[in-house]
Amino acid sequence: MPQDTPVDCDLHPSVPGLAALLPYLDPLWREAVERRGLDEPVSIGYPSRAPLTVRPDWRDEKGRPASDVARFTREALDPFGTGIAICNCLYGVQLLFGEDMAAAMARAVNTWMAREWLDRDPRLRASIVVPVQNAEMAAAEIEHWAADKRFVQVLLLVSGDAPLGKRQHWPIYAAAERHGLPLGIHAGSSYRHPSTPVGWGTTLTEDYVNQAQAFQSALTSLVAEGVFSRFPALGVVLMESGVSWLPAFLWRLTKFWKGLRSEVPWVSEPPTELVRSRVRLTLQPFDGPPDTAGVMRLMDHIGSDEMLLFSTDYPHWQFDGSDAVPAGLDAGLLRKMQIENPRRTYPRLEETVP
Amino acid sequence: MNIALRPDAPEQPLPLSRLAIADCDIHPRLPGFKTLYPWLSKRWQEHLEVFGMAHRQPFEKGPAYPKAQPLACRRDAWPPGGTPGSDLGFMATQHLDANNVALGILNPLTPSGEGAQNPALSAAVTHATNEWQVEHWTAKDSRLRASIVVPYEDGPAAAAEIRARAGDPNFAQVLLLTRTAEPLGQRRYWPIYEAAQEAGLPVGIHAFGYGGAPITVGGWPSYYIEEMVGHAQCCQAVLTSLVLEGVFERFPKLKVVLIEAGIAWAPALSWRLDKHFLRLRQELPDLKRLPSEYIRDHVWWTTQPIEEPEPRRHLGEVFDWMGWDRVLFATDYPHWDFDDPAHALPMRMSEAQKRAIFLENARAVYGIAG
Repeated sequence: MPQDTPVDCDLHPSVPGLAALLPYLDPLWREAVERRGLDEPVSIGYPSRAPLTVRPDWRDEKGRPASDVARFTREALDPFGTGIAICNCLYGVQLLFGEDMAAAMARAVNTWMAREWLDRDPRLRASIVVPVQNAEMAAAEIEHWAADKRFVQVLLLVSGDAPLGKRQHWPIYAAAERHGLPLGIHAGSSYRHPSTPVGWGTTLTEDYVNQAQAFQSALTSLVAEGVFSRFPALGVVLMESGVSWLPAFLWRLTKFWKGLRSEVPWVSEPPTELVRSRVRLTLQPFDGPPDTAGVMRLMDHIGSDEMLLFSTDYPHWQFDGSDAVPAGLDAGLLRKMQIENPRRTYPRLEETVP
Repeated sequence: MNIALRPDAPEQPLPLSRLAIADCDIHPRLPGFKTLYPWLSKRWQEHLEVFGMAHRQPFEKGPAYPKAQPLACRRDAWPPGGTPGSDLGFMATQHLDANNVALGILNPLTPSGEGAQNPALSAAVTHATNEWQVEHWTAKDSRLRASIVVPYEDGPAAAAEIRARAGDPNFAQVLLLTRTAEPLGQRRYWPIYEAAQEAGLPVGIHAFGYGGAPITVGGWPSYYIEEMVGHAQCCQAVLTSLVLEGVFERFPKLKVVLIEAGIAWAPALSWRLDKHFLRLRQELPDLKRLPSEYIRDHVWWTTQPIEEPEPRRHLGEVFDWMGWDRVLFATDYPHWDFDDPAHALPMRMSEAQKRAIFLENARAVYGIAG
């Protein structure tokens, strides 16, 4: 395998329902789920029937995406020649208000992922879902799974209670760095605040477009609070973030850093350089210009061929057929995106992939 | 550029051949509420003296995030005995004459009455601020045009203020701020667009304000630099809302000028909107065209604070994407992050492109002949 096969850095196996997690829930919470009649914690960010949520040809007769390994690998890995797939389970753990329930659910999701996915196909890797509601509990969840090298990253949503750079989150980053796990920041919100920075929007389209704004703010926070200098070995991967906003954002952030760096003296490197060396972005949804020349110009503005990581974002409907990469990319860049960049980003792949 | 290293040095007179410019973002500053008393009823005068004017932010005085320097102004922009932007004569000498400003658009910010917590106070103070702009500024200097400030959280009251100014050549646009109680595309603000379209006035939407929502979707950040960078994301959310709510479909003659919130993000947001609109358009049956097409026809951007890519030519490539006719030069005088017209766009431009950005685009969008 896989020295020479693509690494898909963002795919979503689906929890078919709470019932599937019951065997992995602590008995106290298993009993509570049943007694209280818990609803499925599905985010408003991905309504089950919305076109974006599952590509039409990736829906079964009931409209659901793959929730078993055989179908998942047949639909999401084989058509792309994927040798390694990093699974990010988007289940509503981060959205729950109770810390204890979130911790129990995170443990159940991770156990389900290990038993029902990672154990069943050697190509699969996963991100550790953590109860971000409480940083100490989240760090404990990282410690619990750290020895299992098939977990290659820690998963957070881009929008939660407080901006991601803030110190209250740092125990999570310390644990991630200690175990060689990059921080995977995925689109999505726990909806503690309005869905746009100027108030609640009205449509799913608006919410989804605004994910790019959320990533810009989160990156500002990580830079301004000094996360990159405090955790020098921590990598950050932005997933399902879009990519075309990056150049203009970095130009602005770096300009204001020049004018205002006395406010954040611990940020000693220009943000553009910090971000280029420490942050990676997954490819889909690719939101660049429609023409090949425009795409190449955008790549020139991004200014590095090491930042993008191949992804399909399965089962989200971002492209049709097997056109997961924009047309016209040169072979060298493609190879970097699909193979070299992911392998550098995720140190644990080197330990587990021959 | 920001701190006067030689405060005793005379202003350098510029060669007369220098290009005349339009400055689409100048901030006149109200010296204090008492200046507005001629246009405020006794009731509101007393209210201001006893309760002041609160916004949706914590502090009685000053901004939520302390600025980088006093009043966020250039150190050299303080007139003797006054605050920056409060003295027309000083502004004329330091900026309008020195930089050959042929057309200057005034955008009064705090305290203009916009976004005040109390909607009736907001209506009273914005009305008075408009009167003040005429009496103290545009009546005295023919290069200047005012912006109609409005109590924007109350759509009908805002529309009434716009209608009262319609046809008055002292005013060039309606002024809103980006950070409102809800995204600006929503229906509660439509009376504003209706009245602006009727009056043939562009709607300028300037960064800042306090609508109550945190400036990031992930909560309140810690630092002023985050707030400043964040104004670009707020403005992106505003434009997204205007397009997706169908404002440009509903008001086909509406012109929108986005002020002081970045410009280089424009192409990327258009691509992103198109992509996701095409996937989810079932949700948006009122939109008859691609988001990028509405943006191309209805929206302009001011330059300051101009992004500074390395290499600089990337900025010209962004203008190629968005259209050079969409770009309006602005300085943000007298604020600390002022863009000097001689240095702010250090890239190769044709003479026609220069004339467009520095003057002709503004004359066209504001309908002000030379």
